[in-house]
Order: sequence, then structure tokens, then C-alpha cells
Amino acid sequence: MAKSKKSVNLVQAPLRRLAPIFILPTFFAFVIGFVWPFIQGIYLSFCNFNTPKDAKWVGLSNYMKVFQDAGFLNAFKNTAAFAVVSIILINVLAFIIAYALTQKIRGANLFRTVFFMPNLIGGVVLGYIWSMIFDGILKNYGTYLTANGTYGFWGLVILVAWQQIGYMMIIYIAGLQALSEDMLEAARIDGANGRQTLFQVIIPNVMPSITTCTFLTLTNSFKMFDQNMALTNGLPSVIQDGAKINVTELLALNIYSTYNINKNYHGVAQAKAVIFFILVAVMAIAQQALTRRKEVEQ
Amino acid sequence: MKKTAQQYSTGSKVLTWIFVCLSVVWVFPVVVVLINSFKENGFVNMEPFALPSGESFVGLDNYIKGLTFGNYPFFRAAFYSLFITVTSVALILVFCSMSAWYIARVNSLFSKIFYYLCLFSMIVPFQMVMFTLTFTADQLNLSTPYTIPIVYLGFGAGLAIFMFLGFIKGLPTEIEEAAAIDGCGPLRAFFNVVVPMLKPTMISVGILELMWVWNDYLLPYLVLDRTMYMTIPILVQYLKGSYGTVDLGATMAVIMMSITPIIIVYIFCQKHIIKGVAAGAVKG
Repeated sequence: MAKSKKSVNLVQAPLRRLAPIFILPTFFAFVIGFVWPFIQGIYLSFCNFNTPKDAKWVGLSNYMKVFQDAGFLNAFKNTAAFAVVSIILINVLAFIIAYALTQKIRGANLFRTVFFMPNLIGGVVLGYIWSMIFDGILKNYGTYLTANGTYGFWGLVILVAWQQIGYMMIIYIAGLQALSEDMLEAARIDGANGRQTLFQVIIPNVMPSITTCTFLTLTNSFKMFDQNMALTNGLPSVIQDGAKINVTELLALNIYSTYNINKNYHGVAQAKAVIFFILVAVMAIAQQALTRRKEVEQ
Repeated sequence: MKKTAQQYSTGSKVLTWIFVCLSVVWVFPVVVVLINSFKENGFVNMEPFALPSGESFVGLDNYIKGLTFGNYPFFRAAFYSLFITVTSVALILVFCSMSAWYIARVNSLFSKIFYYLCLFSMIVPFQMVMFTLTFTADQLNLSTPYTIPIVYLGFGAGLAIFMFLGFIKGLPTEIEEAAAIDGCGPLRAFFNVVVPMLKPTMISVGILELMWVWNDYLLPYLVLDRTMYMTIPILVQYLKGSYGTVDLGATMAVIMMSITPIIIVYIFCQKHIIKGVAAGAVKG
């Protein structure tokens, strides 16, 4: 940021004197709500602890336990599978809906309003509503949602698609509306048919929206907690090699339930949280790198 | 542009009907809750998709019961939810916009460090800090609905400052300099000159934070003293936990009462909400 001398004297100097009003309140809250818990979280992942006061350094032993934990491995596989399925499903459907709604269609605004509506309802409430619906349907076949891991997995996919399609649709609509009329006109004059226009003109030009939505659905899937807890809470559980595994548990819920087993698992849960953080951070950084490269190419 | 009926092609008419069907699918889950909220407890589990009949219809009984039942009245949870949401969003809007302006205009090491910490905090999932945040909040006596907004300000600061900063960087500094020449101090310059220009970003940030705080379950569940304070999501999960022993009809009424206000707000402010989401995504 290049600053002129004048601005330094006129704006910066008086503002700097008012730092206690302008920036310190946020900074203190930020230290309480983020910085300190983060540092303490890293430290405690190397400890056995009930509360931070009785923490005992145990080195890497928590991390060793995480990698031998069948439940964590299962949750990781679930999360990866869930992420792949929901990324494809949500983005394809959201794009189709957005594309259709940006054509000349009656009531487009009303439909947009309806599709976005589920995002206003919290994950816990959504999970409750859908568990009732799935149980109501499955009852006709003499079974129930948590009877089988497959039901729980696809139930969560349906719930999350129902919720997030509207959200991604909004982003795609914004991307599609930003396309220049001249460019579409030029494609028409050059004799491009509808399909060619879609695949060779429209899709390449809404690539930034596609990248944004793909990564949003990816990180949303990895961070999914409320819906997972409220829909199945990880059930059913099975015993495998002497360890209890919650079949439909995703990573975030696995960390939480590990912590609640008993106080000997607090350190293990915190170590899982650190690994989880690294996973999510790597994805976010990859998105930044990818978006930046795309911008350079264009 | 308003169009008359003749200007729509057959294709777009077919599309409209497809969307009508899809919309019905989309509102179906909410309709299920609505019809069950008028049914007697026993009928909710037995035939969840049936309309209330003479036998199962109980009128507004479930709503009256829902307001008081489960030894935790709905009104109390609704009050805490509303208080926490309004206070947290207000704190975030005021303090984060001030901080963003400070970071943008004061070229210091502290500004830089804070900015990079904000960026960093955006890639850290809540699970990383949730246990330790609970300890910290407990130690500092932040576990009441009246103090938890400080925790929200802290954990939400990263995204809010980032979004404000993105906008402020595009503002010309000449206006602020002119204000300073006219003898305007930083506080007046901020609230009278910068804030009016920031209004669209304020609305976007406000809406994103509002949707987050109102629906948040885990943070208040972990931080608040649960024996005394429940927000609406905590109450719903609590009622679900006692599945079978709880009055399902009344629970449906509780859910209905918890989603109706936000849907009404949505209907009136949907333009802003949709704009806010689109703006937030472009930055994020």
C-alpha cells in the first residue's frame, strides 16, 4: 500500500492515537476466542489432561493412538466418500437450477426464494426434521434410519443436498448474471448452438464460481457436524477388532465423541482436532493457489 | 422487465412446471412439521405424513404446551437466542469495521500481524479450538448469554475483518483526508464518512454472521452453563435426546415456532440476504 505523506499525517497519525478504541477491543476478543485457544490446543494435543491445569506432557503418544484408532479411520473414509458424493451432486444440480433460472422463466424469483430457504434453518433442526421423514418412509418397509449405515449415509447426502443446493445456486446465478451480453451475442452470431454456447462459452467463463462452490462444498462436507449429530449421531455402531465404531460418523463428530468417552481420551481428541485442522487448512490453501492460477491464466 | 404471458415460449412453460414440482419437494419437510404440530402426540410417530383428522387434530394445544414443556420453556430459549444473536452481530459489525479501517489506514507491524492472524483464523475449523475455548471461556466467566457475544466477536472477527478490509481497500483516501483537513477526528470521520460508504458490506457481513450465530449449536452448547441457559438449537437437540419420552406433537410446535420468525425475516429481506451470500462467497 503506497501512502502519500499527506495521508500519513492527516489520517494515520490521529487514528494511531485512538488504537485503544479502534482495534484493541477486537484484538482482545480475538485473543480470547481464537489465538489463545489455538495455541493451547496445539500444546494439549501432546498432553494427557482433564483440564489444562493438570496437563502432563506425553509427547507423540496421542498421535500414535489416533492412527491406530479404527473409528477415526472409518470417519475419515466416510467423510471422504461423503465429500465426493455431495460435491458432485450439489454442484451439478445447483448449476442446472441456476442456469434454468437465469433463462426467461416465469416466477424465477419465487423459485430462487424457495430453494434457498433451507439455509435459514439450523443444522440441528434440519437433522431432526429429516430423521422423522426418513423414519416415516422406512417404517413402511419395516425398518428405520439408524438400522443400517447405508441409510444413514445417503440420508445425510439427501439432507445436505436439499440444504446446500440453494446456497450454491445463488453463487452460480451471480456468476451467470455477470457474463457479458456481448460475448453471448457474439457466440450466437458465430452460429454456436445452445450446447456449444453452454460448454464452450458459459462454463469456461463461470469457472471462478465453480471453483468457489466446489471448495465451499468440500470444506462444508469436512466440517459437517450438526446435521450428522442430529440425523444419526453416528449410529449404528458395530464392534470391529474389539473397538467400537460408529458407522455413520464423520470426522468432526468423531472428534467430539472421542472427547466424551472419558478423560483419558481428552488428549487423543485434541490430537485428532489438530490433524483435522491440518486437513482443512491444506484444502483451503489449495483453493487459494488454484484460484490465483486461474486468474493469471485468464 | 415485465413480460406478458405470450412472450414465454412453450419450453419455458414446461420448465416452470418442473420448477413448481421441485418447489413442492423443497417445502415438503417444513410442511410435514407444520401438519404434525397440530396432531396429538401418539399420531406423530404412527403416521407422520397424514393430515390431521378429527381424531388426531388438537388445534393449538401443542403450541401452548410447547411454550412451557420439557421443564425449559420455549420463550426462555428464544430470548437467549435472540439476545445472543443481536448482541454478537452488533459487536461484530461495529468493532470489526473499526478494526478493518485501522488496519487499512495505519501502516504498522501490529496491523500486519493482526491481518495475517485474521486470514489464518479463517482456515481453522471450530473443532480445533472447541475444547480449549470452553476452558478459556469458563476461566474468564464468559459462560452466560450476556457475555458469550465476546466469544462470538473473537471467533467471528477473522471473516468479518477480511470482508470489511476487502471493501475499504477500494475506497479513495481523499475523502477521509478532506474530512481530516476540515478538522474531523478519526471517530467522527469513521462514523460519518466511512460507515455510510460501508453500508452494503455491513449488510452482507451482518447477514452472514446472523445466519451463523442464530443457528449455531456447538459453540453455545460447549460455552454456556447448560443447567441454566439453552438457546433454541440446544433446546431442540435436548428434546430429541429424550425421544420417546417427550411429547412429539409439542416438539413439532417448538420447531415451527423456532423457524417461523426467521422465515418471516427472510421473506422481507430476501434481496439483501441473497446479495449478502453472493458477496460473501466471492470473497471467501
